[in-house]
Amino acid sequence: MAGVNNFPFLSILTLGPLVGAAVVACIPKAKGNLAKIVALAVSLVMLVLSVFMWVAFQVGGDAQRFQFRESYPWIPGLGVNFTFAADGIALVMLMLIAVLVPLVILASWHDAEQSRRSVPVYFALLLSLEACMFGVFAAADVFLFYVFFEVMLVPMYFIIGSYGTAKRQYAAVKFFLYSLVGGLFMLAAVIGLWVVGGKTFDWVALTQIDIQTGTERWLFLGFFIAFAIKAPFFPFHTWLPDAGGAAPAGAAALLVGVLDKVGTFGILRYCLPLFPEASQWFAPWAIALALIGIIYAALLAVGQNDLKRLVSYTSIAHFGFIGIGIFAFTTQAGTGAVLYMLNHGLATGLLFLVVGMFVARRGSALVSDFGGAGKLVPVLAGVLFFAGLASLALPGTAPFVSEFLVLIGVFTVNKTVAVIATLGIILAAAYVLWMVQRTTQGTLNPALADIEPMRKDITLREKVVVAPLIALLIVLGFYPKPVTDVINPAVEATMQQDMGKQDPAPTGGGVTEASR
Amino acid sequence: MEDLNLPPIDYAALSPILILFGVACLGVLVEAFAPRRARHPVQLVLAIGGSVAALVMVVLERNTRVVTIGDAVAIDGPSLFLQGAILLLGIVSLLLIGERSLEAGGPFVAQAALTVGSEKDNRQAQGAPGNTEIYPLAVFALSGMLLFVAANDLLTMFIALEVLSLPLYLLCALARRKRLLSQEAALKYFLLGSYASAFFLFGVALLYGYAGGVNLQQINEAVAASQNSDILLYAGLALLAIGLLFKVAAAPFHVWTPDVYQGAPTPVTAFMAACTKVAGFGALLRVLYVAFEGVQWDYQPVIGTIAVLTMIVGSVLAVTQQDIKRLLAYSSIANAGYLLVGVVAQNREGVSSTLFYLVAYGFTVLAAFGVVSLVRDADGEATHLSRWAGLGRRSPLLAAIFTFLMLAFAGIPLTSGFISKFVVFGAAIDGGQSWLVVAGVVTSMIIAFPYLRVIVMMWLSEPAETTPTVSVPGWMTSAAVFIGVLATLALGVVPSPLLDLTNDASLFVR
Repeated sequence: MAGVNNFPFLSILTLGPLVGAAVVACIPKAKGNLAKIVALAVSLVMLVLSVFMWVAFQVGGDAQRFQFRESYPWIPGLGVNFTFAADGIALVMLMLIAVLVPLVILASWHDAEQSRRSVPVYFALLLSLEACMFGVFAAADVFLFYVFFEVMLVPMYFIIGSYGTAKRQYAAVKFFLYSLVGGLFMLAAVIGLWVVGGKTFDWVALTQIDIQTGTERWLFLGFFIAFAIKAPFFPFHTWLPDAGGAAPAGAAALLVGVLDKVGTFGILRYCLPLFPEASQWFAPWAIALALIGIIYAALLAVGQNDLKRLVSYTSIAHFGFIGIGIFAFTTQAGTGAVLYMLNHGLATGLLFLVVGMFVARRGSALVSDFGGAGKLVPVLAGVLFFAGLASLALPGTAPFVSEFLVLIGVFTVNKTVAVIATLGIILAAAYVLWMVQRTTQGTLNPALADIEPMRKDITLREKVVVAPLIALLIVLGFYPKPVTDVINPAVEATMQQDMGKQDPAPTGGGVTEASR
Repeated sequence: MEDLNLPPIDYAALSPILILFGVACLGVLVEAFAPRRARHPVQLVLAIGGSVAALVMVVLERNTRVVTIGDAVAIDGPSLFLQGAILLLGIVSLLLIGERSLEAGGPFVAQAALTVGSEKDNRQAQGAPGNTEIYPLAVFALSGMLLFVAANDLLTMFIALEVLSLPLYLLCALARRKRLLSQEAALKYFLLGSYASAFFLFGVALLYGYAGGVNLQQINEAVAASQNSDILLYAGLALLAIGLLFKVAAAPFHVWTPDVYQGAPTPVTAFMAACTKVAGFGALLRVLYVAFEGVQWDYQPVIGTIAVLTMIVGSVLAVTQQDIKRLLAYSSIANAGYLLVGVVAQNREGVSSTLFYLVAYGFTVLAAFGVVSLVRDADGEATHLSRWAGLGRRSPLLAAIFTFLMLAFAGIPLTSGFISKFVVFGAAIDGGQSWLVVAGVVTSMIIAFPYLRVIVMMWLSEPAETTPTVSVPGWMTSAAVFIGVLATLALGVVPSPLLDLTNDASLFVR
């Protein structure tokens, strides 16, 4: 295995899509189809590579926490290196990206043509976004992480701004400014950390240093604000419904499914290990924000009339669950939170893609423009129903496992929080079921029947898009062990080595029990 | 009678300055004797060739560390680095100034007093070669800048300040389009600049009274040991600083900047934004670090406050601008604030990060003004922001370049703007000035908005009926923009060589 483990998976994953993007961008405007095929091929190659990486990742007894480590000097004067390394948490997220991007490319096959803008550029932007996403999760150098964190904004900004729906300009600028504000807070904290840590950016070295309590809290805050905006947590969430509502459906699936996970991932990888004391000090506040997010966003989701905005709000509620899972500081809740990040990516990704298929047919995202659509497109309506059920964490679908893990993990340390969060499940049922009912059930909206594309049920291309996601959601709903085995050691190391937290006695080692 | 002992003069170390002074004088002779038709090419070759020769001398003398010509000039790491930077940026600016293919007659008027529509004016509009005095003027300004950053006593510094300022006042008045705006700008710059010079000179006088000399080392020693009243010292330092802060456009001495940047011919604006800024900060660094090191704890809060004020004024007012040149002017004010953060750090990193920032910013701003000079309509440059709507559709390459430059100004990683902000803020935190970094970060957020607005205008807005055309640039403008963009990218991706260079160059001789 040593040979495979030395293979530079992570740098190839980061560079590959970038090269692909450059190639696609050079394809002339008229040959849109060629651009699509090249983009799809590149993303499939990345998927195959990721599967190999997943297999090569060692699990069990003496397996290292960080694997596939590569390091090349970049700016020696500042102590910056191209250091890549993946632990279980990062691996799961890399896998999620690798699965989602080809599906998104396939789902966005005809998106770019409607906007009268260049088709190759759209797919080049998607590929460069993929490169940045791989990079941000694979980086093990704080500077490198920051670079990807910021650069990621640029392709997404142009995707929303150039290829989005009516309010795209406003949404794109809002998205960019919110993220940039967070990023600049983080920049100040990164520089501070660099100076305090003796001019190094190496993650491992930085976890070893002792920081004064006051300084540590300020630095934590700098990182946390950036991640809270990215995730997003209440009250930094207002950009997401706008961005998610205005972005093309495929890009929105990536935005909510992967990009926002950078926030929660960042908290797990950077805030907790680098600033353990400050994390504990701020934990009550973070949990409070997460709880408000769960309830408040769910209530707003119930009231939405725009499908894409509705899905965006449900995501904010789900990020609340991830938040309480992280800040409970138990291995069980933490594992649940990471699993939630994966499952939410799959479920919400599916939901966004299906909603996109409806919107593409109807030419509108308003719930009130639908009604009884199930009579015209029964299979597609069925897929929407399934995606909704997965999103509300019905037992038997993958999100149930993660939500359950988070809740019992939180319950062992704080019963009140767990009970309040459980209310969110009820609200989730309300927004999902009501949305499904108003769009696909009931009497057929007469205006809907007159629209030609609405009579066309799910196409082969769309089947190929949704089938893998449905399969994954069901399989992981019944048998999450392969994933939890990867996640668990990484989370345990984060909570116990980095944070110095011991799990409460009654549930010690209860992860696999709970998931059975 | 006693023998007159001439001080030893290290001609080799002074050669870059001497070469440029010589070339500038030669340029005046060319103006007098060369035939009209030949003047433009001759002047251009002379100016660029002289700058290249001076640059070569700077490179050859790179290891010189000497105080020469009666302690009046110090050739050390910072001065050589800054001279090299000024010359490089100056050569690129000369390329912009030399461009004649964008419009018949060029961007400069033959005589500032020429009436619009007069026979002579029409002749130029039909392609007669315009004014060529701009080359000796620009070279005089450049040579003044070279001396300015190396001056080791305050009187030499004052003379250099005048040598660099007077040609700039003239250059500002020479725009062929929007002539009144240009002349108004020049007058404003001249009057305010004269005040600033007077402040500077008054400060020199007070410091002479305090230290008994104008040499920077003398002042440094006097600060440590003098029995004279401290009022002389502080008042002198304050007046001196006003003169210098005026040149670098720090608030509250910035009010001339937007008007002058807007009114001056765009190549001249680029020249000022890049080179004058380098020269001004070079002199400021030398004065503060060499002469007034002993009172750094006293002036640090004051300069820090000015830095915060400058960042706030620049970024907040940039938000409201409707004209691209004024927007870049306010952006240059905000950048002066960030540079001051590096200056106030008061450590070796402070010097090296400021040097890095100056070079990085200079190239970016040159390329930005180069692009501005290309977006034109029948009345010359179309600088109103609303006119830039939909530019990305008409000329994607140009819009992409400008987008990249805007992202660099905003400090997005993989551009030089990010690395320079990083090193400057790092030096400030190292120097215990975290509050300046917080202010820097907050103002960076504010100023990101106007940059983003330009990008939105170009890409996301629908083109208007009157979207200006983008002229096909001549090779000189193309080269200038290309060099600027390349430097912005290279310093963002592989900053190590320049970082090492600034690090080596960051020690002043005393």
